[in-house]
Amino acid sequence: MGIRTLIVMLVASLLVIAILATQPAYSLFLPQLLEGALLTAQITVLGALLAVVMGVLAALGKLYGPAPVRWLANIYIEIFRGTSALVQLFWLFFVLPQFGISLEAYTVAVLALGLNIGAYGAECARGAITSVARGQWEAATALNMTRGQMLRRIILPQAFVAMIPPWGNLFIELLKSTALVSLITLSDLAFKAQEMNQTTMKTIPIFTLVLVIYLAMSLVITIGMRYLEGRASRGLARGRTV
Amino acid sequence: MTDKPIVRFDKVSKRYGPLTVLDSLELDIFRGEKVAIIGPSGSGKTTVLRMLMTLETIDDGVIWVDGEPLTHMERNGKLVRADQAHIRKIRARIGMVFQSFNLFPHMTAMANCIEAPMTVLGMKRQDAEARAADLLDMVGLAQKKEHYPSQLSGGQQQRVAIARALAMRPKIMLFDEVTSALDPELVGEVLQVIRKLGSEHDLTMLMVTHQMGFAKEFADRICFFYQGKICEQGHPKEFFGSPKNDRTKQFLHAVLEAG
Amino acid sequence: MWDWSFVLEILPVLAHAAIISIEATLIGFVLAATLGLVLALARIAFPSTALPISVLVELIRSTPLLIQIFFLYFVFPSFGVTLDAFTAGVLALGIHYAAYCSEVYRSGFDNIHRGQWEACTALNLSSWTTFRDIIIPQAIPPIVPALGNYLVALFKETPLLSAIAVLELMQTAKIIGSETFRYTEPITLVGVFFLAMSLVSATLIRAVERLLNRRPAR
Repeated sequence: MGIRTLIVMLVASLLVIAILATQPAYSLFLPQLLEGALLTAQITVLGALLAVVMGVLAALGKLYGPAPVRWLANIYIEIFRGTSALVQLFWLFFVLPQFGISLEAYTVAVLALGLNIGAYGAECARGAITSVARGQWEAATALNMTRGQMLRRIILPQAFVAMIPPWGNLFIELLKSTALVSLITLSDLAFKAQEMNQTTMKTIPIFTLVLVIYLAMSLVITIGMRYLEGRASRGLARGRTV
Repeated sequence: MTDKPIVRFDKVSKRYGPLTVLDSLELDIFRGEKVAIIGPSGSGKTTVLRMLMTLETIDDGVIWVDGEPLTHMERNGKLVRADQAHIRKIRARIGMVFQSFNLFPHMTAMANCIEAPMTVLGMKRQDAEARAADLLDMVGLAQKKEHYPSQLSGGQQQRVAIARALAMRPKIMLFDEVTSALDPELVGEVLQVIRKLGSEHDLTMLMVTHQMGFAKEFADRICFFYQGKICEQGHPKEFFGSPKNDRTKQFLHAVLEAG
Repeated sequence: MWDWSFVLEILPVLAHAAIISIEATLIGFVLAATLGLVLALARIAFPSTALPISVLVELIRSTPLLIQIFFLYFVFPSFGVTLDAFTAGVLALGIHYAAYCSEVYRSGFDNIHRGQWEACTALNLSSWTTFRDIIIPQAIPPIVPALGNYLVALFKETPLLSAIAVLELMQTAKIIGSETFRYTEPITLVGVFFLAMSLVSATLIRAVERLLNRRPAR
C-alpha cells in the first residue's frame, strides 16, 4: 500500500476514535482502553528491542559462529519458530516457576514475545546479510580489513537497510501477539476489552474501539518503518545524477 | 628494476573440481614493473590477480611477495599454510581495483577512502582525510568528495576505487578489467589515471585488460594466458609486432579484427 | 521434575485434543484459502472493489487474531445468533488468514505475464474461461509454498482458541495443569507437538517447492 493511503488510514482511524469519544455509548470505555493500549505499546517496544538484538545475534551466530554457537542459534530459531507464541508464553509463565524461577508476568511477556519474534527476525537478518554483494566482501578483503571490521563497518550497515521492510512486518506481528499477554493476567488493551465486555456486555462499541486502536498503532509502526526505510536507503541510492 | 622479484608465482595451480584453471604457473614480477595480462575468457587471467589478493585459495605451489610467502609461512624451516595474521601482514602490500568497482554504497567517496586507513592502519581521521583528499585530487575528483557512489558515473566510481586502494599505500596494485564495466566514453578518464599512476609512482602494477592499445602503450611486459598457462610473454613491441605462438596470433587477430 | 508415568497418563487426553487442533486447522485453512481467492478475484473482476478490499485486508492483518476471535464469539449473540466456541474460533482463523492468502493469490496473479491476458482477449475467451483455464492454472502452483507457510502459521495459532475455551491442545493442557498442579509435562508436550509438526511441514513444503521448481519453466 502506498504511504499516502497509509497516512489517510491513520488519520481516519484517529478521527474515528475522536468521534466515538464524543459518543456517550463509547466515551465510557475509552480511558480504560487507552490505559490498556499504553501497556500494549510498552510491551511492543521492549519486545521489539529484544527481538532485534536476538535476531541479529542469532543470525550472526548461525552464519559465522563456531560449531557450538551455530548449533545454539539453530536450536533457538527452530524452537521459537516451531512452537507457538502462546505455548512459549504459557511455558515461561506456568512451567518455569516449577523449576524455581518465578518471573513477573510483565517480564514473561516481553521475554516470550521478544524471543519469538527474534527467531523470525534471525531468518530475515540472515537473508539480509547474505544478500550483500560478494564484491563488498572482496573489496574489504583487498583493503586488508579483519572479518570483524568487514561485518561491522561494511556488511551490517548495508544489511540493516535491507532488513527494515521485513522487520516492519515482524513488528506488526509483535504488536498483534501482545494481545496474548492478556491471557497471563496483564491488563493490556485486549485484557481491558475482555474485562469491560464481561461487565457491560456492550460488545460492539468496545471491540470496534479496540480494533481501531490496534489498527492505529500498527499504522504508526508501518508508516514509521517506511520513513526509516526511505531515510536509510537515501545514502545507498541517492537520486542518480547520471 | 632489481633482480629479486617482488611477486613470484612458484608452480601455482588452481582447480575447480575437475577443471584446472591454472596449471603450475611460474611468473616473476619485478619491482616497478607494469605487467598486462591478456587472454581469452576462461584462460585463468583474472584468477591470477584474485589469488594474489587472497580472494581465491591455491591448490598447489607457493606465492611469494617481496621474498616472503603469502599463502604459507615458515615454521621450523618448513612451509605451512599461513594463518590470518600472516596473510594480513603480507596482504597489506597489495591493493586491488575491481571490474565492478565495489565501492561501499553507504559511504561517500571520502568515507570510502578513509575507512580502511582508519580501521586497518589506525590512522587519525585528520591524517586519513588529508591523504584521501590528495588522492581524490590526483584522480580528478576533488569536487566529488561528499558524493555517494550512486551519485557518480561509472568512470568516477572507478577513479574513487583507485584512490581508495592507493590510500592503503600498497607496493603492488592489481587492476582487474577495470574498464570492462564502463561505457566506452568513460574508459579514457580511468586509463588516464592509471597512466598518471604509472609515471608518478614507483608502483608495481599488474593488470588484466582487454584494452590492447593501452596495454601496448603502457605495459613493460605482456603475458598472454591460454588455458591456464602463460602461452607467450614479452615486451609489447615484440609481442604485438612479431608474435611467435600460433595461439597468440589467432587471439590478436581476433581481437584486433573486432576493433 | 519430569514424570514419565504422568506423561503416559495424559498422553491419550492430549492426543484426542490434538485431533481437535488439527480439525480446526484444516477447516480454518479451507475457509482461508477459498475466501482469500474470492477476495483476490473480486479485486480483479470488479476494480471498484480494490480499495475497499485492500483496506479490509489491511484492517484484518493489522489487528490481533485474539481480538477477532473474541469479537466473533461475543458479537454474534447480540444479533441473536449463537455460535459455539469452535465455530466462532475457526471462522475467525479462516477470516484472519483469508486476508493473508488473498495477498498471496494477488502476487500470483500479478506474476502472470500481461501477454497471457492479451492472448485470451485476442481469442475472445470469456473472463470466466480466462480465469478458470488460463490464469488460475498458471498462478496457483508457484504460490503453493507460500500458502503452505500460512497453513503452518494458522496451525500454530490454534492455541488461541483456548481463550474462548475450545477444548483444543492448549486448553486441555491448561486444564490438566490446573487440576494436577503439574504444568511442566502438559505444556512442554504441547510445545514438542507443535515443534514436531512444524519441522515435518517445513520439510514437506521444501519438497513441494523442489517439485514445482522442476516443472518446465514458463
